Amino acid sequence: MSTAAALLVLAGASLALIGSIGLLRMKTFYERVHPPTMGTTLGTSLVLIGSMVFFTFHESRPVLHEILIGVFMTLNTPVTYMLLLRAALHRDRTPDAVSRRT
Amino acid sequence: MNAGLSGTILLVAQVFLALAMACALYRLLRGPRAQDRVLALDTLYVNAMLLVLTFGIREATTLYFEAALVIGVMGFVSTAALAKFLLRGEVIE
Repeated sequence: MSTAAALLVLAGASLALIGSIGLLRMKTFYERVHPPTMGTTLGTSLVLIGSMVFFTFHESRPVLHEILIGVFMTLNTPVTYMLLLRAALHRDRTPDAVSRRT
Repeated sequence: MNAGLSGTILLVAQVFLALAMACALYRLLRGPRAQDRVLALDTLYVNAMLLVLTFGIREATTLYFEAALVIGVMGFVSTAALAKFLLRGEVIE
């Protein structure tokens, strides 16, 4: 059973790695926003499910406190990315704002 | 604790997460504009949180869970604060 948990964790880690490689390789910022969400949603979910499976069988009782992190990430990632995108749109609307600020 | 096959799989997962952190760090250092760096910092936080969770599974102790929770909370707060700064730092002038 710990092998199944380890495989779930490996799948989540692979998704996080693919997302980070996408962050590295995309050309513009608006493309770059998309890949890391693979790691923050499905990658985190798989790692947390693997952790739940492992500790439930390791301690012979239901261990569900990983749901806290899951709920937190699910709620917070869209909020932060929408804030960041709004900031990026605002900065792109006034392209000379950087030079005027100093 | 975790010997054999599952330990090896978890080690590979840790290597993957370390590589993901390296990718995010490269984008953080090199990102052309500030919003790229903030996005890379957020990705770095998430990958570090997953790495800490994987450490906890490998050591078979729930002690690492609180550390991962704190890292998640701090990542949200710092990214939200930096995004608000990027949004407002130009509005003020």
